[in-house]
Parts: sequence; C-alpha cells; structure tokens
Amino acid sequence: MPKLIKLIDGRPAWAEDPFLAVADEDAMPGQGGVILSLTRFQAEGEGLLAAGRAVGVRLEPSEAVEGLAYDLPRLAMVALAFPKFRDGRQYSQATLLRERLGYTGEIRAVGDVLREQANYMVRCGFDAFEFNDNTGPEELAYVTHRFRHVYQRAADDKTPIFVERMKGGADA
Amino acid sequence: MYRYDAFDAEMLQDRTAEFTDQVRRRVAGDMTEDQFKPLRLMNGLYMQLHAYMLRVAIPYGTLSGAQLRRLGHVARTWDRGFGHFTTRTNIQLNWIKLKDAPAILESMAEVGLHAIQTSGNCIRNITADPYAGANAEEVDDPRVWVEAMRQWSTFHPEFSYLPRKFKIAIGAAPNDRTAARIYDIGMKMRRARDGKLGFEVMVGGGLGRTPYLGPTIREFLPAEHLLSYMTAIMRVYNRHGRRDNIHKARIKILVASLGAEEFARQVETEWEALDKAAIDVPEAEIARIRASFASPAFKTLPAINDAVEALKAASRPFAQFVKHNVLAHKVPGYVIVNVSLKAPGEVPGDCTSDQMDAIADLAERYGFDETRVHFDQNLILPHVALEDLPAVYEGLRAIGLATPNIGLTSDIIACPGLDYCALANARAIPVAQEIATRFADMEVAEDIGELRIKISGCINACGHHHVGHIGILGVDKKGEEFYQVSLGGSGLEDARLGDIIGPAIAGPKVTDAIEALINTYKKERTTGERFVDTYRRVGLAPFKAAVYAEAH
Ligand code: SF4
Repeated sequence: MPKLIKLIDGRPAWAEDPFLAVADEDAMPGQGGVILSLTRFQAEGEGLLAAGRAVGVRLEPSEAVEGLAYDLPRLAMVALAFPKFRDGRQYSQATLLRERLGYTGEIRAVGDVLREQANYMVRCGFDAFEFNDNTGPEELAYVTHRFRHVYQRAADDKTPIFVERMKGGADA
Repeated sequence: MYRYDAFDAEMLQDRTAEFTDQVRRRVAGDMTEDQFKPLRLMNGLYMQLHAYMLRVAIPYGTLSGAQLRRLGHVARTWDRGFGHFTTRTNIQLNWIKLKDAPAILESMAEVGLHAIQTSGNCIRNITADPYAGANAEEVDDPRVWVEAMRQWSTFHPEFSYLPRKFKIAIGAAPNDRTAARIYDIGMKMRRARDGKLGFEVMVGGGLGRTPYLGPTIREFLPAEHLLSYMTAIMRVYNRHGRRDNIHKARIKILVASLGAEEFARQVETEWEALDKAAIDVPEAEIARIRASFASPAFKTLPAINDAVEALKAASRPFAQFVKHNVLAHKVPGYVIVNVSLKAPGEVPGDCTSDQMDAIADLAERYGFDETRVHFDQNLILPHVALEDLPAVYEGLRAIGLATPNIGLTSDIIACPGLDYCALANARAIPVAQEIATRFADMEVAEDIGELRIKISGCINACGHHHVGHIGILGVDKKGEEFYQVSLGGSGLEDARLGDIIGPAIAGPKVTDAIEALINTYKKERTTGERFVDTYRRVGLAPFKAAVYAEAH
C-alpha cells in the first residue's frame, strides 16, 4: 500500500488517505471518497457528486487539464499520473491547474513518483505524493529545501533571483 | 563579461551539494542506474565507450582567462591533460571517473563553471554569435539575452523532463553566424522600423535522422517578451511533443506534423493566456546583465599599424595568418583573432592543458581577459589591439596554434566518433586527420579557398555533416567503416541541407573521393567562385561522375 505524504503549510507529513483509487474495471464502493479515471468520472461522476460523495479525478499525462475546467470546483482532488518518472507532462498539467484554472485543491502525484523529481513537482503546484521509493516526509523536506534560491517564477510562491537582486538581497 | 554574483554562486554550490548527494545515493544502492541516469546526464556525465565523459557548459561560448586555466587544471588533474571543444561550444573531458565528479564540479564552481544541463532532455547550454561584442554588424549584444535565458532555463521546474533534448541559439546580426536554423529554437536579433529591439523566431530545425531547417514562426518578437514567449513554445512542446518514439521526440517532428502555421497558432494562443509580467525579466535586471557585457576600455588607435604591415611584407606565414584568421573589429585599431584548433594531423577541437594555460595568458595580457569558443571547434580572442597582433601570433605559434587555415579545407569539423562515442558507427577523427594532412599545403588550400567539411560518426550529426559544403557521415556496413558523402549544405545565411552524392564510400577511399570532388570544382569554377557556389550552379552530375569513376 502506498502511503500518502501531504504538504501542510508547506511542511510534509504522513496523511490518512480518505480516497480509494477505483480502477475502471473495479466495482464502485458504496461509500467514501473515490479517485476515478477521467472516462469513469465522465460516466459516473455526476451521480456520485449528487449523492454527496467526495470525488477526485486521475488524469493521464496525455489528458488535457482544460477538460476539467467546468468540474474543478466540485472535485475533491486531482491526481496526476506518472507512468514513468521521466515523463514530464504533469509539470505543465499542474502548472496550468494552479495558474490558469485557479485550482486550489489537492494535486497528488501518483505512479512512478521519485524523490529526486519532487522539488520540481512542488514548484509546479503538487502538494500530495504517493512515492514509489522510500521517501518519507523528512526526505521530501530535504530535497525541497536544497536550493536557497530559484531563477524563475513557477506555481509556488518562491521569489526569483531577479527580484531578490532588485531588493538588494545577499551581497550581490 | 558576465561574472557570477553571490546568487549565481550559491546556485552552483547548492547544485554541487545536490549532485554529491545523488552520487552518494547511487553508490549506496538507494537508486537504480535507470533512476540515476537522467540526474547524471543533467550534470553532463555520459557513460562512453571507455569511461565517463564530462561535458562542461560554456554559456555563449565565453570564457575568462581564469576559467580557461581552470579547465586546463581539471583536464590535467582528473583527465589526460586535454579537452575537446564541441560544435555546441562546450568542452568535453573524455576520461573521467564518477567518483571524481563531485570534486571536479566543486573546483569548477569556484570560477563559475559547471556542467548543468549539458545533457538530458532539458534546455541545454545556449549558444550565441561567437563574435558578439566585437562585430560591427551586430544589432545588439546577444549575450545579454542568452544570459537572461540561461538563468530562466536553469533548473526550470516545468521544462526539465521534456520529450527530448532542447537546443537554442541566438544570432546577433543579419549575417547569421550561429546556424540558427538548425536549432530547436533559433533566433536572430532585429530592429523594427521604429527602432524597437526584437527577435525573429525560428522553431523546429535540427539535424540527425530527419534534418529540417527551422521555419520562422514569428517575424518580430519584442525583446522584453523573450522569456514569456519561450515559455509558451516550451509548454506547447512539453505537452504535445511525442514521447512514444525517441526518434520522433524532437520539436522539429511536432512542428513538421502540425505545420509551422498551426504550431505558431498554438504558441500564440498559449502566449496570450500567460501572465507575461510574471515571467519576463524586468528592465532593471536586463540593464544589470547588459552592464556586465559593456565594452572593455578600448583605446583610440590608428586603423593601420605600420609594424604589422611591415611584418606582413616580411613574413609569409604571418601574412597568411592575418589573411585567414584575423577579422575586422568594430573598433578601429582592434582585430578579432581566430585560433585554429585544426593543425593538420591533430584532432579537430582538441586542446591540451598547456595550450589552455597559454591562451589564457594571451587573453589576460592582450585580450581584455576574454576568449570565446566557436562552434567550428576553434577558439577566439575577440578583442586584440592591432599593435599586439605580432606578439599574439608569436605566442600562438609557440604552442602550435597559429595554423592559418580558418575556413579552408583543413578546418574540418569532426565529432568524437568511434574513438570515444558509444553511439558511433564509424570513426570521424582519423578521416579528418587524413583529409587535413593531404590539403595542408597553404598554396593548395588557398587555391581551393573557402571549403567547409563536416564529419559525423553517426546519424546523430554532432559534426553537422548535413550543413557542410562537403558532409561526411560514417555508416557501418557489416562491421566495416563506410562514409556517405553529401554536397552543397550550409548552416549559415545560405542555409541548405546537403545532397547525398551516391553509395557510401569505403573508409580508405574517402580522401581520394574528396580530392576528386575538389578537382571537379577546380575544373568547373568561374573566377572567385566558392566550392559550394560552383556545386549549386552546376549540380551533382560532374562531381558524382568524378568520385565514382575514380572509385573503379
Ligand atoms: S554524431 Fe554520432 S558518433 Fe558523432 S558524437 Fe554524435 S552521437 Fe557520437
């Protein structure tokens, strides 16, 4: 069983997972939060939401986040799948969810999620992780604080170096 | 030139610490080689035929004396006392041990050198016009913009796991010296009629298996929006570039399959939706970067120097050096000195640690402490006072680097090929050495005039063979080295991909074939016509006939 790590106020901690990932061929559980594929959400989401269930959607990297624009306010979370850790489309998906679609709920990395990519994920707006390696909250905190600065703006609130320079920070 | 400030230095320190930790995890078995590979690649470490190769970034090809000397030191201490300058204006060290990598990175970081993003599926080291800041024709100093892009693209969280590697070049003048159309993104600086500064943007060029010259997707991009527009291009590519087939993953395939117009439309739509103000760097930061590239304190000097004229008359080698290796500078009384790393018989682009030290000395003494790397695998002293030219020439001669062959037959580009590269089909270096040696005679070479021969050891085309006046590509035929020859290519203003002349030629016959091509040119040319222009005028037939007649 993968364990969930969430960023709470930017600090990583183990978290209870209130959702069950339901595969397309699985029977729908009678209660509790569920994470569905986009296809299954399109078929059954309306009914579940009407019944007051918490519903999250798992997007594959080839699926456009814009397709969720209408439903986002009703979703309990969005999971972005990494079929391989080297796939990089999810960084754009997360960025667009945060910056273009204004989504403020949970964005969870699932699949082949590894420690050494986690800092970029956080910068692009991910705030929940199901790691596929032995990463715990401490390790996650470590890799996301390795760099004292960033060169560019992203979906996080870090101040880029060009702004730090103008403020006359460091002894630049 | 740009010197790293405290922020840049801290970024390098943090990166070195990060990589040291990643190496530790790998050695401890906490990561698989598959998981480690993209991390080491993004630090320029390749596994090659015999050892690890470390590729060091040289942003916009510019090096201070201290940096060049440090490269010499690294090569001497942890390698075999030489390095190899590449067509990407990087330097490669071919005999590195993984365990030494952290120490090497630390040593380099002390002088602002690094190997960040010199490999991997990310935005690579960005190249610029090699004569930036010295060339009278330039619209603006491209290094200002490349430095802004270097910072923006470094550890970019969204664009570090792209479908494939990504290479960018910025040309400074109407006369393109960067081969901009063969890059994933090529740009050329322009001024609008109202004087506003901007770029022509070309996307989707590239060599390799499916070569394309990049089409222009925007005639004029206002300079201040460079980074937001780049973000739009990168995002369209990151989302829609193919990831199912490594041979179809470059942006050129996406641009070709959508068509340039549709690709441009998607980029424009994305760009309109972006928060430009958040991404584009403010004017004050551009001004700060610009100040660091301010012209050195040039003196007022006469445009003609009598001592130089006298030496030209007295010494034939010096006169040849001036004719072929020395270019006009934007400031009267100064010149640009090209340093050929192509002495016939030597490995193209190789430079020993001692030579690096000596060039660093010359740069500090006579060249405002600046050297450049040219993508033709040569070096440049961009700002030399004419009155110092004899001393610089002597200094170069003393270390065997005064070969007056820039742009001539023996100034050959060759990739590392089968001597080093794990992907190679055939050797490239010995082919270059043999051709260069046969056409080493200055009288012969001057009679032939400008001729750009480019050699790659496989279809990945690191030697840019598609855009050689003569291109030579190594192919493997049942374990034997054969070479496919093409004619008429160019990566510059007259950009064109070369035409393959016929069946591949056996290794030992290549130099004869090149000689047959050159003899045909001599027969067909009109007065003053270059090889490539003769070929383009008369076509393939006589060249082909000559090569394959001699082969029998
Ligand atoms: S062209 Fe091929 S052989 Fe030459 S360096 Fe590139 S990958 Fe290696």
